[in-house]
Amino acid sequence: MTMPSVPPALYLVLSAILFTIGVIGALTRRNAIVVFMCIELMLNSVNLSFITFSRFLQSIDGVLFAFFVIAVAAAEAAVGLAIFVMIYRSRETINVDEINLLKW
Amino acid sequence: MVEAVGTLFQWLIFLGVAFTSILASLLLITRKNPIHSALFLVLNFLCVAVLYILLYSQFIAIIQVVVYAGAIVMLIVFVIMLLDLEQELRSGLKLFYSKVIGSALAVLFLLGLIYSVVAKSPTGQKGTYTPEKMTANVKAVGELLFTEYLFPFEIVSILLVTAIIGAVILSKKRT
Repeated sequence: MTMPSVPPALYLVLSAILFTIGVIGALTRRNAIVVFMCIELMLNSVNLSFITFSRFLQSIDGVLFAFFVIAVAAAEAAVGLAIFVMIYRSRETINVDEINLLKW
Repeated sequence: MVEAVGTLFQWLIFLGVAFTSILASLLLITRKNPIHSALFLVLNFLCVAVLYILLYSQFIAIIQVVVYAGAIVMLIVFVIMLLDLEQELRSGLKLFYSKVIGSALAVLFLLGLIYSVVAKSPTGQKGTYTPEKMTANVKAVGELLFTEYLFPFEIVSILLVTAIIGAVILSKKRT
């Protein structure tokens, strides 16, 4: 009897769980930096499912998409953190529920 | 026999790394101190990098460690150091109805995703990159990146330049 190797469904379930944890964190936390970290977590879990599909469909396009996602995440980190520093300078807080100037 | 041992190790590594990454992300969203959250984020990224190696994608695994766990989290920790977050640490987690409803919807979304993954295995036209060919992963990625994906690659370089200029202009002190 041979043991089957790890099926793609398990990788995808793990990716879904990480994504949901990221969504819950981004919705419930108040610190903007922690919200930002949760968004990185979500991007990362999507990368995991890209790579899983790339491996099990034997194509390399998923790897390239993950590469582009990482590049966009790096750009987003630079601009986003600069915005946090700006907001902290002008408002003395980075709690997302106190920055409500655009709230309807 | 050798293959059976290899598969067993694959299962053990997968299960260990998967549970560690879920635990790290749960701790990430529950810790009050943002520095602790950042360190758990690094742990999560390293666990996912191990999964990439299990999936024969060494290139993305290395990029993950260098760019995500190295550069991005270093930026985040640096900004946490720049900002004075004392009052955030003292204030507790406020639970509003909207947050509870949002979290419940997110869990519902997770159930839908798990159902869709388990009910149907991924199908599609299979490519030519078998695991044996993926051992030369970096070479294959580079070839495709500079031929078929050349235009998106150039766009990404423009995007990065824009991000650099934007970050510099944003953080420049107004006089």
